[in-house]
Amino acid sequence: MWAAATASWLALLVAPGDVTSILLGDGADTPEIRAAIAREWGLDQPQIVQYLSYLARLLQGDLGRSYTLQQGVGDLLAGQLGPTVELMLAATATGIVLALLLAVATAGRGRWLRGAVSGVQLAWVSVPPFLVGILLLFVFSFTLGWFPVSGARDTSALVLPALTLGLPIAGSLGQVLREGLERAQEQPFAVTARARGLTESALVVRHTLRHASLPAVTLAGMLTGSLLGGAIITESLYGRPGLGQLTLTAVTSQDLPVMMAIVILAAALYVLISTVLDLLYRIIDPRLRSA
Amino acid sequence: MSLVSIDDLRVSFAGTQVVRGISLTIEPGECVAIVGESGSGKSVTARSLLGLAGPGSRVEASRFLLGGENALAFGERQWRRVRGRFAGLVLQDALVSLDPLRTVRAEIAESLRRPGPSAALAPAGSTRQRVLDLLTAVGVPEPETRLGHYPHQLSGGLRQRVLIASAIAADPPLIIADEPTTALDVTVQAQILRLLAERKAAGTALLLISHDLAVVASVADRILVMKDGLVVEQGSTARVLGEPTHPYTRRLLAAVPSAASRGHRLSDGTRVTAERPRSDEVVLSASGLSFSYGTRTVAQDIGFVLHRAETLGVVGESGSGKTTLARLALGLLKPTSGTVTLLGSPWSGVTEKSRRPLRPRIQVISQNPLDSFDPRYTVARLVSDHRRLPEERIEELLEYVGLDLSFAARRPRDLSGGQRQRVAIARALGYRPDVLICDEPVSALDVSVQAQVLDLLADLQAELGMAMVFISHDLGVVHHVSDRVLVMKDGRVVESGEADDIFFDPGHPYTRELLAAVPGPVVGVAAIGE
Repeated sequence: MWAAATASWLALLVAPGDVTSILLGDGADTPEIRAAIAREWGLDQPQIVQYLSYLARLLQGDLGRSYTLQQGVGDLLAGQLGPTVELMLAATATGIVLALLLAVATAGRGRWLRGAVSGVQLAWVSVPPFLVGILLLFVFSFTLGWFPVSGARDTSALVLPALTLGLPIAGSLGQVLREGLERAQEQPFAVTARARGLTESALVVRHTLRHASLPAVTLAGMLTGSLLGGAIITESLYGRPGLGQLTLTAVTSQDLPVMMAIVILAAALYVLISTVLDLLYRIIDPRLRSA
Repeated sequence: MSLVSIDDLRVSFAGTQVVRGISLTIEPGECVAIVGESGSGKSVTARSLLGLAGPGSRVEASRFLLGGENALAFGERQWRRVRGRFAGLVLQDALVSLDPLRTVRAEIAESLRRPGPSAALAPAGSTRQRVLDLLTAVGVPEPETRLGHYPHQLSGGLRQRVLIASAIAADPPLIIADEPTTALDVTVQAQILRLLAERKAAGTALLLISHDLAVVASVADRILVMKDGLVVEQGSTARVLGEPTHPYTRRLLAAVPSAASRGHRLSDGTRVTAERPRSDEVVLSASGLSFSYGTRTVAQDIGFVLHRAETLGVVGESGSGKTTLARLALGLLKPTSGTVTLLGSPWSGVTEKSRRPLRPRIQVISQNPLDSFDPRYTVARLVSDHRRLPEERIEELLEYVGLDLSFAARRPRDLSGGQRQRVAIARALGYRPDVLICDEPVSALDVSVQAQVLDLLADLQAELGMAMVFISHDLGVVHHVSDRVLVMKDGRVVESGEADDIFFDPGHPYTRELLAAVPGPVVGVAAIGE
């Protein structure tokens, strides 16, 4: 977290653009006004002092004020966090459910079915999300009219964005799950379980899925890290409110406090997810508990 | 009515027949053993009794009756009724044959419930008492505390007992045990064999699959010897072991190393004529060696001397410190106390830089050479081991180990287990070592391949005069190869001396316990040896 905060601070330090000019906006530009603004925002202090006070404020939970929106960054983020979290959760759920269904349905099956599904999954992973989004929009909104084109009024508006963001997850996660299932099905314990009279579906539910989920959990952790970035693209594509819109405006107007806050938020998300995954590992694999 | 009655069983995979027409009957309460080496088709035969011959298999027979029902007409549903309830399966090494992510209780209870995914939701309380009874029946102490344990928390013997409990949970009239004791220490093996014998005494029929004639000798009523998918010989245990008629059975029996086989070549039974150039020159010695990981002491006060061209056997069960001894001798571990001396120079407590000139003088071969091979390397490259050896030298090294130059271009995965071990030996010989550390070098090999590798090591030792430290859990192997023996237990040497003295007149109670646990004497060996 501290590393992310420092890195983003340093990155913005070397980034082009003059903070005072941004703050000045379209107003009158005189040296007196510039000096007043610099004093008000603490920009006249040495860099190290600026850095330390930034960290100190961060520790108190103060993310600073937006340069352009003249509003507390914390409040800004809080206002936009809801829809984004909603989208990320929906996308993750879509991805995991699709991955599970496809993996269980195709593990150990005929070469043709496996190959076809594997090809489709590869496409989901490799086609950029904005293209998938546009295709989905074209088919389901413009042509079929099933889902709204944009906005976030109700759950039906969540379906297409969640699919756009969830398909790449389903693609890669599904492949790893299937391989894990197939590997587990060849283990001696699977022979033992079959020899007890288990059906293939019982074997999957009680034995092999847990084994397959171990590598999948690792991958899921990496995927969710990139989820925030994907959410930003998806949100702007579907015109959804959320962090995506906020980030986009922040970047175009060089609103540094907002950008830094989003980096920190992403880092926090990452830390949270890895902690959850570590706990998940221990629940799945008892061998990690005693160690 | 016979429990199992099969005629002309044929099992093929992708057009290749691995079982080529065998007949098998098992009467209620009878123990039938199938003995054979890897690839003989014994495991496939056993698994086809459960309809689990494997993916892509094709099973045919002129008669296939299980409990009087025609199994050839079975669909998946009927097979599921057979599995667990007609026959329970016990595989080798319960660490992987039990689901490592599930508790003892869940694994055993699974055999008690009706098959199907919904059964996972059935109330577990009713099965608890039955699981406890089963654990008691297979001799698991304190069954209450074991219910919530996972396989990795149990010792090898307890795990195998749990696996047996899960196989007998639904009270099947037949237990199929495929190499049930192969991964176990000799004393634990004896306990598991006793447990299986108890089940048989209680009226359960047993189909025992093993590569080891000695293991089946103590339990089986009848033995079938399989080779290349066919039964080459069958009959009562006493008859097959006592008066084997088929040359293959005789060869198998003769290949088992033991006290009686000392001084003989295992692969053909002839007497070894070449005299080994023994001397009193000490090549490797250790005194007061101790080693601990943190607070756990794994080796304590170990001392030995190894003379030129001599073989020092090291026996002990898993966890006794055998491999630690090997690593200390190789200078791969730094002893907590004590010293190792190699060829008169200090070998422990010196820098790796000062050890390096002597490194080629001491080489190692291990149980599974595949782990020490880069899979992309050719045999020639493996043998030269990052040096530029002329082709003649590679040819010479391969010749030493009985491989011709056509092997030079092959890769490890295209070699059999025995050939891989030969390549590992050739690589070690490439350094003209004075000392060869052999850590369970034949434990993963079939008995006839083991015989060839042991003969090869004996020949090479006679020709090149290497000294060997030979580590094994197999007392027969150690007695066969060793001049002197160390017996290890819990990181200590409990007894040492001349091999014959140790094995024929053990002084320490633990040595006696080990020797008593060796499964029943294989009769007939001495007669074939001469």
